[in-house]
Amino acid sequence: MVMGRSPREKVAIVALKSVNWASRISRRGAGTVAGGRVGLRIAPTLLDSLARGRTIIVVSGTNGKTTTTALCVAGWGGDVTTNRTGANMPAGHVAALAGSSSEKVVLEADEAWLADVVRSANPKVVVLLNLSRDQLDRANEVRQMAERWRQCFTASENSKVLVVANANDPLVVYAASGAPNVSWCDVATNWTLDAQSCPRCTLPLRHTQNSWSCSCGLAKPASITTTLNGELYVGAETSALSLSLPGEFNRGNAAMAATALALVEVTLEESLPRMKAVTGVAGRYTVRSWNEHRVRLLLAKNPAGFDALLTTVPPGTSDVWIAINANIADGRDPAWLYDVAFEKLAGHHVWCFGDRRLDLATRLDYAGVAFHIVDDPKNLRVAQEPVNLLANYTAFQDWMARSEPC
Amino acid sequence: MLKIAVLYPELLGTYGDGGNGLVLYERARRRGIEASLTTVELRDEVPNATVYLLGGGEDGPQRLARDLLSQSSFAEYVQNGAHVVAVCAGLQILGHTFCVEGDDRYAGLGLVDVVTSRGAERSVGELAVRVGGQLLVGFENHGGKTTLGVGVEPLGTVVKGRANDGCVDGFKTEKIWATYAHGPVLAMNPWFCDDILSNIVGHDLEPLETAADLLYRQRCAVLSRD
Repeated sequence: MVMGRSPREKVAIVALKSVNWASRISRRGAGTVAGGRVGLRIAPTLLDSLARGRTIIVVSGTNGKTTTTALCVAGWGGDVTTNRTGANMPAGHVAALAGSSSEKVVLEADEAWLADVVRSANPKVVVLLNLSRDQLDRANEVRQMAERWRQCFTASENSKVLVVANANDPLVVYAASGAPNVSWCDVATNWTLDAQSCPRCTLPLRHTQNSWSCSCGLAKPASITTTLNGELYVGAETSALSLSLPGEFNRGNAAMAATALALVEVTLEESLPRMKAVTGVAGRYTVRSWNEHRVRLLLAKNPAGFDALLTTVPPGTSDVWIAINANIADGRDPAWLYDVAFEKLAGHHVWCFGDRRLDLATRLDYAGVAFHIVDDPKNLRVAQEPVNLLANYTAFQDWMARSEPC
Repeated sequence: MLKIAVLYPELLGTYGDGGNGLVLYERARRRGIEASLTTVELRDEVPNATVYLLGGGEDGPQRLARDLLSQSSFAEYVQNGAHVVAVCAGLQILGHTFCVEGDDRYAGLGLVDVVTSRGAERSVGELAVRVGGQLLVGFENHGGKTTLGVGVEPLGTVVKGRANDGCVDGFKTEKIWATYAHGPVLAMNPWFCDDILSNIVGHDLEPLETAADLLYRQRCAVLSRD
């Protein structure tokens, strides 16, 4: 694993590990990003060096990155190196790679950093899940992101990368179709609001139930991977797809993870049972206790994520808790609440938490959904069953911190 | 019958702008005003409506929206007295020219004597505008610098943020309200929605209590504290 490493890179690795050790000992942080930054400052080529000789899968997209990364790690089996949740930029990647010598690596990559990670880490497989609006106050608008991805995959130095891409997301198809080798996946994609006009020519796209196309020729490609009646098909292979994680979107994430793993010689028979063992991902989907309540924590960071999660709330009159913040990591503008079809919650009672609970309450008021603004948690009623709590990014972190495992 | 038409939300709806149509509709309906809410999609013909809503959008979709509108009867309906509420890219489309990627002078609909050029930097953040005696609060995210023609009134003066040029926001004609406060500006500012509604229906409105009253008070307090 030390082949061709320069003295500077060796120093950078020692510095990285020292900073992370100090960070962990002093309990100031999880000890990944800080050390990674120091390492990269000493040796900007550190990611290239640490990645050399390893088999790497990179996962990117607006939603489902962390879950799909976890499914790839589980499905691969054995000792797999991966980055910690949230540390999905190069500093987190070098920290993960420096901390383990395993040959098998799965890295979650922030959409905006994907091109840099591909160039440096030279992954064997890149999984492109989806692209949709997210934190528009600090991120690029979504079509620009698709254009940057496309430039990455048309670059000749990246021509050997095997791309696994969502055929139902026109922005992803536009981005990936420049790559010479793409395994297209026909997976459930509920959100198409960001792809009504063609990413290539801006003319209106024609969406039908199972397909989409544009008069310029961009269209849904033929897929190697599909899910049908509980079965997963990847090329000539078929296997029953059964997961512990809820939601059609997670079946799609698993299908794409299995497709990526097939490209590193892991069969569906091997990968899928291991994926079923995943019951929670960094606290998501897990039931935790808070005061006398039991809450199932669900993370949704943007309209597409919220829309997907709302499909997992069973119809009825149950209580649903929703927590909304608008910190920098969430996007400071909660305008996106109006892109979520909260009307689907009609009949439920929604309890509004978080710094922007009044924005949420206003949205629910106009959606005709019963709401309660929680200024004082003492007023909450205790549910018999675990109550679903949908939270955006920092609100989710707040709830992870204040609740405990059951 | 108050006919509300939200134009091309697939193109001009990047920032939750569809919410404005919903809020206008709900605030009318809850007062017993007969109203309808229509979403005009890409292939739909633009209907003859009482009020049109135009939202914000990215460059390519903004250009397509302008092209579709110029081929429709939209301008004719507006000249014949329809009302318009436009935010962000929608605001720019109503003027003579605006900027999109690769083109610094794309022709707008020219319904108002306004031109938008590329700003020195992107304007992103909280926006507060003094409109008459009221404060309009919201969020802006755009790259334009909008210059009003002689005699065109701005919607208000900027208290926080940049809007058109750091001094004034949007514009206001007899039947058009335009602001850079994108997204659900009518949700966040119930008084502004009611001003528009009262102007359209031609009479005063009875008070209406909504969660938005609490939200508006909170946002005003936060913005005046910062």
